Amino acid sequence: MVSAQSGTATDSAPGLALSARGLTCERDGRILFEGLEFALSVGAALQIEGANGAGKSTLIRTLIGTASDYQGHILWRGVPLPKSLPSLRESLLYIGHNAGVRRGLTPLENLAWYGASHTDALVALDAVGLYGFEDVLCQQLSAGQTRRVALARLYLPETPSLWILDEPLAALDVAGVASLETQMTRHLQRGGSVLLTSHQPVTIAPLAKINLADFQASAHDSLEHSYAG
Amino acid sequence: MRVDSLASSPGAAESGATGSVRPPGFYTLFRTEFILAVRRRSDIVNPLLFFVTVLAMMPLGIGPDPEMLARMAGGLIWVMALLATLLSQESLFRGDYEDGSLEQLALQTQPLYFSVLAKVLVHWLVTGLPLAVLSPLLGMMLNLGEAGYWPLFMSLALGTASLSLIGAVGAALTVALRRPGLLLALIIMPLYVPVLIFGTGAVQAALDGYGYGPQMAILGAILAAAAALAPLAAAGAIRISLEN
Repeated sequence: MVSAQSGTATDSAPGLALSARGLTCERDGRILFEGLEFALSVGAALQIEGANGAGKSTLIRTLIGTASDYQGHILWRGVPLPKSLPSLRESLLYIGHNAGVRRGLTPLENLAWYGASHTDALVALDAVGLYGFEDVLCQQLSAGQTRRVALARLYLPETPSLWILDEPLAALDVAGVASLETQMTRHLQRGGSVLLTSHQPVTIAPLAKINLADFQASAHDSLEHSYAG
Repeated sequence: MRVDSLASSPGAAESGATGSVRPPGFYTLFRTEFILAVRRRSDIVNPLLFFVTVLAMMPLGIGPDPEMLARMAGGLIWVMALLATLLSQESLFRGDYEDGSLEQLALQTQPLYFSVLAKVLVHWLVTGLPLAVLSPLLGMMLNLGEAGYWPLFMSLALGTASLSLIGAVGAALTVALRRPGLLLALIIMPLYVPVLIFGTGAVQAALDGYGYGPQMAILGAILAAAAALAPLAAAGAIRISLEN
């Protein structure tokens, strides 16, 4: 069992944010991972590693309740998922592979759609280096800049406590990565939790890692399972 | 512009981490959708252009006999309004699905019902309502009797709202498909039929000199049922589409 802070944490521990026990996901009859175990504590970060197609995005979509086809248990603050899903979503900030930035809106309008006030949105956009681009349509921004609009949500003054970020560093430049790492560390220090996937090394502390390759079934097993299920 | 202010974020996000950003209210959703719709002008103009062009072709295709045109005008305008609405339905959730904001909507704590309702309301405002407003003009062009103008407008205004709502269910079901085209039509068209029957029925009744109140009442009832149920069904369909 991989624990993001202390290996002795139990499911009922108050410091536990999100955890999985014996989690198995399959997609199109192929088992992506099997018996996945992790525990993400308050104030800790967890990086999910795995090759392309290993199931990182599927895992994330399962954790946030978008995909409901799984076996095993997901616990949010010690309560199993379907029951605790509303509470999880209340404290969830999710930035997916598709960042959720509307190309027909300006960065300011995009943040307003996420419930940010005008001044908060300006400060957050300034923090991600989009000063001067507040009123430019997002379709005129570069890929990296569009990514930054999505990431600006992390710089709003009151963010939900659980950040789930799918490839947040993709398309960012060096300075952008450094700033994001600083912001994530700050979030951890405030008692938040971060779960992220990345192909690049991430330097935040405390950071635990799990590799989906460690939970992959053999080809023979996966065939058996797919017919049994 | 500042080259890079990334490393130092003055005052940004210094407070507690337990707060939750409040989800956008109905007004914010509606305003955002409206801004988006107005910026995508072609999406508004295309169905209208289709509607006007095809109806302008009708006298060329079926002959200029005023008697015959007058008899067919109500039905022709209604069928074309239906097709124009159908054409515009496909893109209802597509953009949001592709850029990930549909997923973000589905993750919000507030019911997806209101988000869908806001989208459909805007869709009706930019397609159905302009169609209804234009319809008396096209009625005049097709020699529709004067008695039919008002019921045509009223039935289209009520009817296209139901069409937008019903179509949203089909659009939500097919949003994950790359080219839903015909499938969308097959899903939605049967559900459009009652609206079409009572819509043209109202116009015909008025032309024949009868009252058209009952047909309008039924169109209103269909709209009320669709407003209550269709966003629910569409919300469910969106969740299914997002599963894959």
